[in-house]
Amino acid sequence: MKRIILFIIISFGYAFAKAQSETPKKVTHDFELELEGEYRYFYEDAQFSGQENHYPSLAIRPEYSAEWNKGYESINFKGFLRIDRDNVRTHWDIRELYYQKAKKNWELSIGLKKVYWGVAESNHLVDIINQTDAVESFDGEDKLGQPMAQFSWVTNDFGTFNFFYLPYHRKRTFAGEEGRLRFGVVIDKDDLGYESGAEEWRQDFAFRWKYFVGAFDIGLSHFYGNGREPLFVFTPTGDINAFYPVINQTGLDVQITHNAFLWKFESIYRHADAQDFLALVAGLEYTFSNIDGNGLDIGLLGEYLYDERDELALTTLQNDMFFGSRIAFNDVQDTSILLGGIKDLEQSSTIFSIEASRRFGSSWTAEIEARIFNDIDTSELILSNFQDDSFLRLSISRFF
Amino acid sequence: MKKSIITTIALVAFSMGFAQTAEERGLQIAKAAEEADLGFGSSTVELQMTLKNKNGQTSERFLENKTLELTEDGDKSLIVFNSPKDVKGTATLTFTHKVGSDDQWLYLPSIARVKRISSNNKSGPFVGSEFAYEDLSSQEVEKYSYKFLKEEGSNLIVEQDPVDPISGYTRRVVTYNKDKGYRIEKIEFYDRKNSLLKTLTYSDYKLYKDKFWRAGTFNMVNHQSNKETILKFSNYNFDAGLTDDDFTQVALKRAGN
Repeated sequence: MKRIILFIIISFGYAFAKAQSETPKKVTHDFELELEGEYRYFYEDAQFSGQENHYPSLAIRPEYSAEWNKGYESINFKGFLRIDRDNVRTHWDIRELYYQKAKKNWELSIGLKKVYWGVAESNHLVDIINQTDAVESFDGEDKLGQPMAQFSWVTNDFGTFNFFYLPYHRKRTFAGEEGRLRFGVVIDKDDLGYESGAEEWRQDFAFRWKYFVGAFDIGLSHFYGNGREPLFVFTPTGDINAFYPVINQTGLDVQITHNAFLWKFESIYRHADAQDFLALVAGLEYTFSNIDGNGLDIGLLGEYLYDERDELALTTLQNDMFFGSRIAFNDVQDTSILLGGIKDLEQSSTIFSIEASRRFGSSWTAEIEARIFNDIDTSELILSNFQDDSFLRLSISRFF
Repeated sequence: MKKSIITTIALVAFSMGFAQTAEERGLQIAKAAEEADLGFGSSTVELQMTLKNKNGQTSERFLENKTLELTEDGDKSLIVFNSPKDVKGTATLTFTHKVGSDDQWLYLPSIARVKRISSNNKSGPFVGSEFAYEDLSSQEVEKYSYKFLKEEGSNLIVEQDPVDPISGYTRRVVTYNKDKGYRIEKIEFYDRKNSLLKTLTYSDYKLYKDKFWRAGTFNMVNHQSNKETILKFSNYNFDAGLTDDDFTQVALKRAGN
């Protein structure tokens, strides 16, 4: 972490110096703060010792940005702090802190940044730049800030070319002894090593081409570097050997947007010396819009998930169907609900989920989330650890 | 012979004076309005949106809008939300097309995701307001068929029927002001059952660059729900010199951060 901070200081010293010297012109500053109170309740008795049922928690999310040169240059910061009963889930992070410059058809970003790739709803296969903040949420949509230099080049006829230089790898954090949603053995992130001799300082690269024509949005990407998912290898003696392999991963994502239909496809092929596999997610979303003439939208989602790793897939989505519904009221409070279920096609295991959110007044929001692990097959290598971890989560945020 | 000459003259006189049908005249007015606004190039503007429910309670949103004028196809636009704070940075990029459905992307800053979204939902409300998406999209001549209704002083009143069957309206009755560059003064919207749904009134007009009329206030009243939305425009800038490079998915993310 000290080295990341050094990296940031050097980058920003440069950016600030440049900002000061070049622009007596208008600089727009913007500061925002979110305070969140959260309560997670696991209503089934814990499977492993040390785990609790009630997890009250607090989070703070400060944001700052300074823009100048008509918004073509900026410094952006997003911080994060969570305090939780599980002392591993108590953590802080710099989600983003980067300098950005754009000119005509190119854009350069240097610093810690978050980048999202992909189109699917139930699984984010192609998305690989940022490490998942695995203790923050179950859906994997929270990410750790990734140090990078990103260069985007937009062409008129051939789409956008993105080049990423990723000088530092960040390890995934797993829940601590007091935490739910963990394995029987508590995994300390520091115990996991690297295949690469350069360890976290392996200099990694990624490339993404994004193209849009008519109804088609296409993304083609390649990543070469330390994998974001640790690889678990079971030795003949029954021990687990876990490490971050060096991987080559090629990803393809396609969305076809036709009337009320969104057809979605994501696929990756990952190669490491210890493992090669293919995974994909394919499906559709159809929205009945403005049903009541009052703005009610009901979307139906269906996706098929496949992972060649089978039961070793960390995502546990090896041969499953996702079905769901997105309900948006399009009201003043932006009320929305996402219902979903993932059903294993070979075993009994099913995970149900509900996420709902609504604004109150102009600066409060409330969210309700439920994840229900139903009839988890005991032979599921990974999911069986979570079989008693169904939970309800309520969070209330105040924005300043 | 004489008779046929008289007939010819009569026919010519008739076709010059009267033969323009109400449909032709309606289209002509819409084209004149489009013509009058040609050449603005690009513009940026800040918006304050006030939503009023039937009890008079209000809530507000602040947005920024950038528009790029295109002549061969529809305009491009980028909208960024500055408030409410929980959706700050949410942004949309729209490529309007004269024929066929528009292309639209949504940027969600919390997960840094750009999503292509369906533009099928044109009749739905824009962020809980009384404006439907189709009310705010670029008004291309090709999107309606026309019928001239009447002339009242400098006002020309034209009925417009949406070409797209998924529009929320059977017709709109639009009042153009022919002495003020064919600017629109009022639109009445009729729902799918052909009853009056909403009235949009434009006011606080200002002339920019000696050519382009822009209203400072849009007031949309829903007669069926008694709800109201007021849009106030400020800081119009026609000198931003925006280009296609400012209307890409890369620019969309930049605008939302």
